[in-house]
Amino acid sequence: MPTRFTVNGKSQVVDADGDTPLLWVLRDMVGLCGTKFGCGAGLCGACTVHVDGEATRSCITSLEAVGGARVTTVEGLANQRIGRALQDAWISLAVVQCGYCQSGQLMSAAALLATNPNPSDADIDAAMQGNVCRCGTYTRIRAGIKLASRNLTNGRAIA
Amino acid sequence: MTTEHRAEEMPHSNAGLTRRTFVRVAAASGGSLLVSVSFAAEPNKSREHPAAFKPNAVIRIDPDGKVILTMPYVEMGQGTYTSIPMLVAEELEVDPTLVHLEHAPPSDKLYANGVLGFQVTGGSTSMRAAFEPMRRAGAVARLMLVQAAAARWAVPGTDCVARAGVVVHPASGRRFAYGELVKDAGKLPVPAIEGIALKPRSSFKVIGTSVRRLDSHAKVTGAAVYGIDAKVAGLKFAALAHAPAYGGKLKSMDDSKAKGVRGVLQIIRLDDCVAVVASHTGAAKKGLAALVLDWDDGPNASLTSAALVGQMRAASDGPAAVARSTGDFDKAVASSSQRLDAVYEVPFLAHATMEPVNCTVNLTRDRCEIWTSSQVLARAQAAAAQACGLPAEKVVVHNHLLGGGFGRRLETDYVTRAVQIARHVTGPVKVIWSREEDIRRDMYRPYFYDRISAGLDAQGRPLAWRHRITGSSIVKRWLPAAHRNGLDQETVNCAAVTPYALPNLLVEYVNHEPPQIPTAFWRGVGPTHNVFVVESFIDELAAAAGQDPASYRLGLLDADPRFKAVLVRALESSGWGKSLPARHGRGLSLHSAFGTYLALVLEVSVEDSGAVHVQRVVCAVDCGVVVNPDTVRAQLESGVLFGIAGALYGEITFENGRVQQSNFHDYRPLRINETPKFEVHIMDSDAAPGGMGEPGTSGVAPALTNAIFAATGHRVRKLPVRSELLRT
Repeated sequence: MPTRFTVNGKSQVVDADGDTPLLWVLRDMVGLCGTKFGCGAGLCGACTVHVDGEATRSCITSLEAVGGARVTTVEGLANQRIGRALQDAWISLAVVQCGYCQSGQLMSAAALLATNPNPSDADIDAAMQGNVCRCGTYTRIRAGIKLASRNLTNGRAIA
Repeated sequence: MTTEHRAEEMPHSNAGLTRRTFVRVAAASGGSLLVSVSFAAEPNKSREHPAAFKPNAVIRIDPDGKVILTMPYVEMGQGTYTSIPMLVAEELEVDPTLVHLEHAPPSDKLYANGVLGFQVTGGSTSMRAAFEPMRRAGAVARLMLVQAAAARWAVPGTDCVARAGVVVHPASGRRFAYGELVKDAGKLPVPAIEGIALKPRSSFKVIGTSVRRLDSHAKVTGAAVYGIDAKVAGLKFAALAHAPAYGGKLKSMDDSKAKGVRGVLQIIRLDDCVAVVASHTGAAKKGLAALVLDWDDGPNASLTSAALVGQMRAASDGPAAVARSTGDFDKAVASSSQRLDAVYEVPFLAHATMEPVNCTVNLTRDRCEIWTSSQVLARAQAAAAQACGLPAEKVVVHNHLLGGGFGRRLETDYVTRAVQIARHVTGPVKVIWSREEDIRRDMYRPYFYDRISAGLDAQGRPLAWRHRITGSSIVKRWLPAAHRNGLDQETVNCAAVTPYALPNLLVEYVNHEPPQIPTAFWRGVGPTHNVFVVESFIDELAAAAGQDPASYRLGLLDADPRFKAVLVRALESSGWGKSLPARHGRGLSLHSAFGTYLALVLEVSVEDSGAVHVQRVVCAVDCGVVVNPDTVRAQLESGVLFGIAGALYGEITFENGRVQQSNFHDYRPLRINETPKFEVHIMDSDAAPGGMGEPGTSGVAPALTNAIFAATGHRVRKLPVRSELLRT
């Protein structure tokens, strides 16, 4: 039986085994490759998406688990004020290097700011520890979250 | 149709080597202007025939004014796709953010790395290779546009000015946008290069500024396309499993369950590998997991790390090639007041790029088309050609942004493997390695077993120094012509030549290849393991002499002032000598590699449990003329964190012929909560640009272990750091 859900606001109907990881549904079937494969075991965070607003590792989330759910990927980040603020901060501070982990970093950061608009360093550590970066951009990721947080609070983020 | 014009050349000197710069200009059909520049590194060659031209910069300017740069140096995070367009933009007088970039196709002839002589991005060579020719290409293009405008206006070229994509005649106020001039410019004779002055540093408007990364937008919106993201009509997806043991073969396979998995299309059995092809990767992996595989572990079934190290230890006693010898070590050490001997060991290391290796292949009888991420595109083309039996001209290769290189993508094994699989598949197939395959079938930074000895005089100064390095030579396999008489400069880099004036020095190398285990370049390459040993041992000598490690080094420095300058800056900025709490310590490291000088002071705290926390890293770097200061900072931090992860956690071990590590739970990366405070001080310099991709990695490990010594009194001679040895 096909699974129905939305991705970035758009309806999807996918007919595949219920235990198919959402990551591959998004990449190979829906055709959105912004969400990345890094480890397949929930250890690196590259595959992070939002399912009903919650940061979720799509490599270990089954298709059947998202039946009827709202899925947001990095391609949909610009639809949200928080997402745009983070993207702008990332660009402003030149956070990325190879960039492969950054979709997941941004999705985790967006989920953090949605529930905690002014996170402390410890809050950032806890929320972002699951996202690995082999290029070592962590200092700038932290600065990017804080910059986005400030801009959102001051109303300087684009509405 | 392209009209070629003659090439001009000009010799010039750089670090004692005469290089020749060739320029070729062409007018392409549609009226675009093409400017190519090559930078041949061979000394004293007579003027080459234009047919042998190997341009490594191609600028195209279209009639609509669009500037397109074909990038011979790939982007794997190190910032080439920003810093290199900056070079062109400076001389061409255009806004760097308006330059469009294309990945270069495969061609050693057209896209040779100016330092290494063939198409490759690595060894921290891109800026060193590109700095002159890219600027020259921009300058030639600008000059021709100015001349075209001047001709149209019938005024001297010297009365015209190029700026912001426009040529202006200030006296009359007339102007032409570049696009309006390209057709005329393409018909002009190439200007004499000797007549083209490149801007002096004092006139730079772009170079030296922190132009924001040009690839950020794509990378924060999910639009960036890596090799793994290639989209091809009719694509199938494959998951693969190699024999678990190196040299193992497939004995038998029960695919009855796998065949029944929805979406599985075919199962391919190779000698030492199995692949499942399906309509999506999820089904391919599910099918692979459903296979019952019986492997013959082969000749290495009992291989263990202990055995490998034992072999190296034995080999280290054997005959060695002399890398450098001054004076008489034996005589000098015999007359010393104190003698120190140590063995240093560094482990096999995996690369673990965030994008696991992958390759998409569409193979037909007379054509092979490939999509991948590679640091060596012409080699990838050659590997594919060999694997499918077609001539290279029939192999089209598309490069992409790389989700990390670190030297892993200097190899083409994953291209070969994908083509081998594609030979059995109709239509295009994307082969993605799982993280487990990526780690277990990596090509590793070799294990090194180093013996080092020194004799000190009564004042604690070194009288004699002997360093024998034992391990694999990657150059022997990767670039055999550079490995001669059992030796290559890469493997002994930063061991044969150090920052110090060491008398009676003997540096030797024993080439020992671990059986069946493939080795490869890992970020920082030769300097990474050699600087660890040298900078740790110098610290040991300082301790034996009863001296502060910084003063000890200052007293030993060789004449090159750039070493002292970075060392002093790092010491001053880090507060070296100020007191720290118990179980806190500072460690120092100094080296020069890739044309860059780097001093690092690292501060650690060590818990009673032995857990190590890196608190702060202070760097002083002299990388010559700085093109993009932000890139320098970012690459230093990147290299340092990569090196810290390696030193604290990195280790590939073998048991029963197999790699024991498999994913990020047992091949542990550094995470955000472990990131130290980081400071960079960039020295002002007019010297030729040095590379920045690797120095952070090659310098950091000894700073870390020297800091651990300062904090705990425990000398780390073997990596990775074992916290259990640091318990109180």
